[in-house]
Amino acid sequence: MSHADVLADGSADAAELRPSSTPVRGAWGRLVRSELRLVFGRRRNQALLAGLAAVPLLLGLVLFVTRDSALAGQGPGFVGRVTGNGLFLVVAALIMCLPFLLPLTIGIATGEAIAGEASSGTLRYLLAVPVSRTRLLAVKAVATMTFVAAAVLAIGLVALAVGAAFFGLTDVTLLSGTTIPLADGVLRVAGVAAYVTLSLTGLVAVGLFFSTLTEVPVGAMAATVIVAIVSAVLDTLPQLAAIHPALLTHHWLDFAEFLRVEVDWGVLSSGMAVQAAWVAIFGSLAWSRFVTADVSS
Amino acid sequence: MTASGTRSSSVPRDRLRPAGSTEPAGADVELDASDVTALAVRTEGLTKRFRSGQLAVDGIGLRVPRGSVYGFLGPNGSGKTTTIRMLLGLVRPTSGVAWLLGEPMPDGAGHVLPRVGALVEGPAFHPYLGGRANLARLDASDATADPRTARRRSDEALERVGLTAAASKPYRQYSLGMKQRLGLAAALLRPRELLVLDEPTNGLDPQGTREVRLLIRELADAGTTVLVSSHLLTEIEQVCTHLGIMGRGKLLVQGERQVLTERGVARVTVTTAGEQVGAAAEVLTGLGLAEVLADGVTLHALLGATAPEEVSAAIVNAGLDLVGLQVRRPSLEELFVELTGEGFDVAR
Ligand SMILES: Nc1ncnc2c1ncn2[C@@H]1O[C@H](COP(=O)(O)OP(=O)(O)O)[C@@H](O)[C@H]1O
Ligand SMILES: [Mg+2]
Repeated sequence: MSHADVLADGSADAAELRPSSTPVRGAWGRLVRSELRLVFGRRRNQALLAGLAAVPLLLGLVLFVTRDSALAGQGPGFVGRVTGNGLFLVVAALIMCLPFLLPLTIGIATGEAIAGEASSGTLRYLLAVPVSRTRLLAVKAVATMTFVAAAVLAIGLVALAVGAAFFGLTDVTLLSGTTIPLADGVLRVAGVAAYVTLSLTGLVAVGLFFSTLTEVPVGAMAATVIVAIVSAVLDTLPQLAAIHPALLTHHWLDFAEFLRVEVDWGVLSSGMAVQAAWVAIFGSLAWSRFVTADVSS
Repeated sequence: MTASGTRSSSVPRDRLRPAGSTEPAGADVELDASDVTALAVRTEGLTKRFRSGQLAVDGIGLRVPRGSVYGFLGPNGSGKTTTIRMLLGLVRPTSGVAWLLGEPMPDGAGHVLPRVGALVEGPAFHPYLGGRANLARLDASDATADPRTARRRSDEALERVGLTAAASKPYRQYSLGMKQRLGLAAALLRPRELLVLDEPTNGLDPQGTREVRLLIRELADAGTTVLVSSHLLTEIEQVCTHLGIMGRGKLLVQGERQVLTERGVARVTVTTAGEQVGAAAEVLTGLGLAEVLADGVTLHALLGATAPEEVSAAIVNAGLDLVGLQVRRPSLEELFVELTGEGFDVAR
């Protein structure tokens, strides 16, 4: 029986089938799940995750092959420590992905979130459903952040597996030289991954804001990546030392705190506070732009 | 077809009148109670000037009675889609107000839009998802839709537009006509009080166009109000009870189709046996028809208020042979040209 038939007979059934305007329980969860399915079901995003996961694999392979050469134990960051303890591959891989690959991931995900839906025209149909713009932006933010967390997790897990396979996992020697049990070490590395994930929230907010400005997802993506790069460049100029603490990327490497005997939570929370400020500012900008924007694509 | 006759009698007879800016400003901006219940769509002085400076919609006053099928016509670029975007809260009016099912837009969007199905400027879906998955996505984003009936509703909607067989095929593999059908299915995901269909016949072959007309008629018979736009008059004219004609952002004319059509001056052509032309001309003149002209064995005259039956009866009563009688009203297309001074398909 079609809707029309149902409505035509004017029975009590018809009244029941009349769309109600009262939100159904669990509507939020339903939309979030749908959004996550959309993000994670997309081939391109799956390829992106696979590409990120390949970084620790390649890094591990290179270090494994060259470990008996003269260059063994050398390299930036924690690369030199990896051959001694596979656990450090997690940290080394995250350091390699932080400057460009993770910002690129964020750029792609945020660009797709609003600008992508606008350019494909699906945004107008979502809004006509209707989905309130505030709700849609919130759901997009949650889904993007989940994807970024999944990216960090993918890098971390693959690094852990590759590190364990190639170099083995042993008790962890901290930056100060103190050694702690492997289980504690794993916990601390998990803390590193969590801090890295949360450090990216500010850039996600910036990316979402750019995404509300344009109907060209690639434009939003490029702008987001450029912000991360410019921030990193400014961070290297001693002349700008005064503004360094407020820079989006300045505290990204503070995760090293987790590898000290006494973790200085003050350092970590100031890094988080800076991210929270970026989220507040660019989240509000994105919201005020999105709720008033004409959707004419 | 009973759709037009029975329903339009229950709605106020919207006499033909110039719409929009020609009305005295503020004359009926007060929303009276009968309008709220009788009109599914109402706008007052609705205007959109884009940031580019383009005045896309210029002070229009739409009146779409409940239960009507309102044909929203106009050449490409005349402002139909922009108007529809404003009705749905996608675009903010520069000035003016719009009510949908009695609620002001865009503030009432959350209450009203679940009861409104829409197709705006062609279908748009995620290309890598199938038809059914795309409908599921839209339904999941509707906070007022019952998830337990989602699957059944989407299957029914797909069935209704004849897409059941292609339900799992990725959207990007759909033909233009299939895409348009999926857009209609999305509009029919839930029972609707109002359907806003922007150029639903775009990209469809004649058979598909007929099916869309049939669907509109079915929905209208079941009590759904339909606002359907097109730049091709002939594609939708037949199903409409009401028409509004846009030109350069202005609503040039709106009203019941019947009234609009009757507005044109009808001409009658009478064919008689050769030697009776003179006598027949006298009969026509006697009936009070103007501009009686002979052309061989045929006579042309303005019909005026006289019914065609009166003409044939008078000729037969005068003992003359009536070989043929034809009444020609100017088509709406001609009316349009008369109104705008431009052809129907001329974009600006
Ligand atoms: N986003 C926009 N920015 C600037 N001008 C626009 C925009 N959208 C539409 N227009 C212009 O507004 C006019 C009306 O367009 P539209 O409402 O799409 O007409 P229709 O649907 O009747 O073909 C056109 O001249 C078009 O170029
Ligand atoms: Mg249009």
